[in-house]
Amino acid sequence: MSQDVINVIIAQSPALLIAIPLVFAFFCPFIGKISNTVRNIWVAAGMALTSAIALILAWDVYAFGTRIYVFGAQAANLALPMDSGGIPVRIIFTVDPMSALMQIIAAITGLAIILYSISSEQRHSGLSSFYTLYLLMITGIMGMVSTGDLFNFFVFLEILSIASAGLIAYRVDKGLAVEAALKYFVLSTIGALAILFAIGIYYGEYNALNIAMIASRMQFTVLDQVALVLIMAALAMKCGSVPMHFWTPDAYSMAPSSITAMLVVASQASLYGIFRVLFTLYNVTLNTATVGWIIIVLGVLSMVVGVTMAIPQKNVKRLMAYHAISQTGYMLLGVGVGLAVLGNQPLMDSFGYVAMEGGIFHIINHAMYKGLLFLTAGAVFFRIGTYNLNKMGGLGHSMKWTMVFFIIGALAIAGIPPFNGFASKWMIYESVYVFNPILAVIAMVVSILTLASFVKVFHSIFMGPKLPEHADVKEAPLSMLIGMGILAVIVILFGIFPEAVVNTLIAPAAHALTNQGAYISAVLGGA
Amino acid sequence: MFFNIPYIAVVVLALIGLATVLFKRNLIKIFLGIVILESAVNLFLIALGYREGGIAPIYTNAPAGEEMVFSTVQALTLTSIVIGVATTAVMLTFAMVLWKKYGSIETNKIRRLKE
Amino acid sequence: MEIFSSLLSGSGAWNPLAWLLAFVVAAVIAYLIWARGERSYKKGTEQTAPFISGNKEPPKGDLHVRAGNLYWGYTDALKGYYERIVPLHSGDMNDYVLWYLGITALIMVIVVVFS
Repeated sequence: MSQDVINVIIAQSPALLIAIPLVFAFFCPFIGKISNTVRNIWVAAGMALTSAIALILAWDVYAFGTRIYVFGAQAANLALPMDSGGIPVRIIFTVDPMSALMQIIAAITGLAIILYSISSEQRHSGLSSFYTLYLLMITGIMGMVSTGDLFNFFVFLEILSIASAGLIAYRVDKGLAVEAALKYFVLSTIGALAILFAIGIYYGEYNALNIAMIASRMQFTVLDQVALVLIMAALAMKCGSVPMHFWTPDAYSMAPSSITAMLVVASQASLYGIFRVLFTLYNVTLNTATVGWIIIVLGVLSMVVGVTMAIPQKNVKRLMAYHAISQTGYMLLGVGVGLAVLGNQPLMDSFGYVAMEGGIFHIINHAMYKGLLFLTAGAVFFRIGTYNLNKMGGLGHSMKWTMVFFIIGALAIAGIPPFNGFASKWMIYESVYVFNPILAVIAMVVSILTLASFVKVFHSIFMGPKLPEHADVKEAPLSMLIGMGILAVIVILFGIFPEAVVNTLIAPAAHALTNQGAYISAVLGGA
Repeated sequence: MFFNIPYIAVVVLALIGLATVLFKRNLIKIFLGIVILESAVNLFLIALGYREGGIAPIYTNAPAGEEMVFSTVQALTLTSIVIGVATTAVMLTFAMVLWKKYGSIETNKIRRLKE
Repeated sequence: MEIFSSLLSGSGAWNPLAWLLAFVVAAVIAYLIWARGERSYKKGTEQTAPFISGNKEPPKGDLHVRAGNLYWGYTDALKGYYERIVPLHSGDMNDYVLWYLGITALIMVIVVVFS
């Protein structure tokens, strides 16, 4: 490949990131008419290309700073047309290190999950539309995390919601899956309308939809406060924070396992939305202590209620879904502490940045180990056909690799060294302890309860003598193992070299979030 | 005074929509509530772009010196209507499947997933 | 090399490689102790059968403690908490929407009052 082609790919990568999964998605039903194998290769190739583009773009952003991409302009970086009077009128993608980090998460998990689902879904019919919706989910996530335009954010949010709802309901399962999808979809539609209303408020006040433009004009009037709360509550509901989490266990437990792992990433895209609005749109103009404490309280409630609800569960995926809620609490806690001291430079330096880095590091760690755990649950389901923990036992004799991957995931989520969950939780404990010791103690107790509940899951699925009803169970197919293996390797690598990961990926993302001025000047220039 | 009427209508519509979603048990009525809520948001967007005496924002052959209403919000509303049609279609499909499987579309009957 | 340096939090440091090294040393010591152990153990003989006061060993499948029996004491001790928190997950969509809107209203009041 010549140097020119590479340059064009890098220059156009933000557009390709959306275009490639869309094209592959909408051709999928036609390709599916040829044969199943060709379609599998088609979707795997589509996802691999998307991942490659996402990683290239992320590398470019980390190496050379924030990238902007203006759709329909003469040049990709021409944010302000000459005759617009200084207002960015076009749709702009603004990819800073925080967006790039989310793209990396979506790229890695998306690829692992597509490899996994080629085997795990093979027994089911209607797979062409399944993969179409899957690639639309990827489009939605990639769009949400890269866009620099609020209305565009809403559009991608809705693409993601519709595709997710379709996939949750995909295996009707006597209507149970449809019930789960209905609850998810009604709530997320109302949430999306609240977000659209807030966007209307911004437009009415500041005559702009561009995040950087609104941020540079932000006054924090009462209308801005209303808009902030509408967006914050809607996105907190979509990332499943207590007490707006009720849809999460339903949707996570009824979706196919590969989709559940992707829903984790989708929730994190909503989490990214909260952080983007709080830090880039408002930053120090808002009352950081109040809003920070709201986020912290939501986080602590999520941690405690999530883990305590998880322990008595009997359905393994429902149990893991409550743990996903609980882990989201850690991210909210870490970043919430960072927000509460935002604007106070000495406190930021002493623990604020570390707390934020811990919270953001936990996002990528969580996507890896929780995705891995949901995939192992799916592998067990693939072989024995039930999620009921009471009907399992002794599978460690026949599914050794699945068991190893489960152990890795379970130890990582419980925060046992040397896996990645420990590194990010340790950063959260250390920094939050300086801020408020009680919060750190709660976080540690929640971690212990997490370990306790995974001991229960591990015992009931894998330990014990080989049960007669599972006598002929075999190991999961190879492509499922490869999918899980990718995530497991990352869990271990991130655990053993946390410092390298934090320095190269996490710290730039945390600083990009807090540095509102850099974001604005990347779009509007100078200033 | 006149300028506030659309906004009052937005609030009334939004409240009707929210009340329907909260207090009705029939899924079709809940969906209608969501559609009303959506209309409230669309009306809000359109009302934001209105300028008294403004003409339609069509650039070609526009008389010089005339004020135009804002076009951006109209584009947003169009997009939002399209998205609204898609969401309504998805929700109605769910109601259809649930009617077949559960024999009811009352929310107090559709609660097999809990705890 | 930078890749092997420790993670710093401002008040502490964490180096997984040092931890792994300690783990390996502990494993070596454990192996040495194990290697000096009893050598007359033979697999598949009477030696490996469980001793249950002379009773016959029940079938393997009956011995597995299933998930429903685990953590009974824990949930029973926290009964008061669980009796309140579990019924909130009622499975009723109207309740879920009410929670979402209620929390939105609550946060709105807090944010507007405190700023």
